[in-house]
Amino acid sequence: MRKLSFYERVYSPKLLELFRNPKNAGEMPDADVKVTEGSLACGDMITIFLKIDKDRMRIEDIKFLSYGCAANIATTSMMTELVKGKTLEQAKKLTFKQITEALGGLPPVKMHCAVLSIDGLRSAIRKYEEERGLVEVPELDESFIRSRLRHIMNPKTGRDVVSAGIVDQIKVHNGKVEINLKMSEDDEFKNYIIEAIHERLDRLPNIRELEINLQSQAGDEH
Amino acid sequence: MRAPIYLDNATTTPLDPHVLEAMKPYFFEWYGSPTHEYGHAFGLKAREALEESREVVARSIGAGPEEVIFTSGGTESNNLAIKGIALANRDKQHLITSKIEHTSVLNVAKSLERTGVRVSYLNVDREGFVDLEQLRDEVDEKTLLVSIQHANQEVGTVQDVSEIGKICEEKGVLFHVDAVQSFTKVPVDVEKMNIDLLSISAHKIHGPKGIGALYVGGGVKLKPLIEGGYHEFGLRSGTENIPGAVGFAKGIEIVDDSHLEHMRRLRDHLTEDLLEIPDSRLNGPKGDKRLCNNINITFRFVEGESVLLHLDMRGIIVTTGSACFSKTLEPSHVILALGLKHEDAHGSIRFSLSKYNTLEEMDYTIKNVREVVEQLRSISPVRR
Repeated sequence: MRKLSFYERVYSPKLLELFRNPKNAGEMPDADVKVTEGSLACGDMITIFLKIDKDRMRIEDIKFLSYGCAANIATTSMMTELVKGKTLEQAKKLTFKQITEALGGLPPVKMHCAVLSIDGLRSAIRKYEEERGLVEVPELDESFIRSRLRHIMNPKTGRDVVSAGIVDQIKVHNGKVEINLKMSEDDEFKNYIIEAIHERLDRLPNIRELEINLQSQAGDEH
Repeated sequence: MRAPIYLDNATTTPLDPHVLEAMKPYFFEWYGSPTHEYGHAFGLKAREALEESREVVARSIGAGPEEVIFTSGGTESNNLAIKGIALANRDKQHLITSKIEHTSVLNVAKSLERTGVRVSYLNVDREGFVDLEQLRDEVDEKTLLVSIQHANQEVGTVQDVSEIGKICEEKGVLFHVDAVQSFTKVPVDVEKMNIDLLSISAHKIHGPKGIGALYVGGGVKLKPLIEGGYHEFGLRSGTENIPGAVGFAKGIEIVDDSHLEHMRRLRDHLTEDLLEIPDSRLNGPKGDKRLCNNINITFRFVEGESVLLHLDMRGIIVTTGSACFSKTLEPSHVILALGLKHEDAHGSIRFSLSKYNTLEEMDYTIKNVREVVEQLRSISPVRR
């Protein structure tokens, strides 16, 4: 066996260990809630299963399935490790940065994997709460859209596209959402980011139409 | 088993030791810059080596030596061919290429589009063959150049270059062939095939990196991209890479038909056994119309980068068309152009062979791919 692969320079030992032997991977037939985030088309998809201790609102058990790269498998596995035994309120506060830190770092281009695992976790918790009438479905407005877009990372920098200033104007009217992006037509990640926005918003039931416009910023660095 | 098992030969190949031996004297003894006939005798030795190498390259493609220009490799050859023609013919502003070309053709085409050149990207069928009817339809009086690869870098489809050459000749347009993948694996004859420009590279055939060539047929006008001391018939300036040229020629000379037969046997063995894995499919054609060293298989329900990394940890080197693996996070443009889905690209693994691979290595690979795919499918949310 070879000593040092390319990946050992890119990925931390902890990440590679979880990739090789993922913890909490597998199905949970008696789960209280099951959600799938991401998509086959994007090449990034996870399913999260939760078993909830109803009295203490605590995550009794958590399992995951993954269709994705090494970082996808490892970040999701790490997420499950970090929230197992925690209350739902504690679990909701987990951030992708904490996952990244626990893994000993993640390359910017893979930051979206950690975000996906957080999304999966939060969707699972939300679904559990909605199904039990514990929360209301949020209203569709600009700040809601912005909050969803904060989950999309610019692969170049590992920063989210809202903070990085890529998302400019957002208009919401009668279920139609218009998003203006500030990025160069030549940007190598242009298609990826547009796809990611569709992926994140298209399935929301209260969005009727989504339009993404590009304001060409030739030579602009994000 | 000697690790690594290197199955990424479509990207680059190891140098053949005979090539290195041939190159050595031109680093240490005859390191002079090739002089013209009135220069110092020391440089004449280099000149001889350069011209002999040029003859070997020319002969291998049915060209004359005065039609071969040494470049730094396939990418430069493609750039020089397409941009050079576009710059020399500003009145004709239409380029025809295909959707599955190498990035060094596609990105040049995109860059020309920004300068006002119209580009037609021809469709390919399910196996990667260019739509020849569409080619006939697209050619018009503004068409400058048709640029089509000989064999595909990802799925190994070998185009009917003779037929394309015939169409180009009938229509009176120039024809460029990117033959980087097929060179020395599929015969090419620039005369018989009506090829005006042809790109080849040394490091794909166990030659050194940093040298390639462009065939420029007699009478074809193009503008140089690198200007300076009028080297290479004024089309590519810069002190000539003599060791590189010598190594390139040596690489061509040592190719043997038995190598091709060997690779074909390994290819068919690997393909057959890997396709026994459930939910796997071959991308690209079968048999003679496929490059003898290319295998590309999609394993459904798993993602290629994970497969690649697991195989890497087991000492097997492959590549994938998955978005996760690409610099732009986009799935392989080739797999998508075949009419396949994103997930077919994400799960695609390319195995590309060389004469150095062995049957034993194939069996080790088959066993490990089977294990890895099974392991990843056991934690996949799909197919449940």
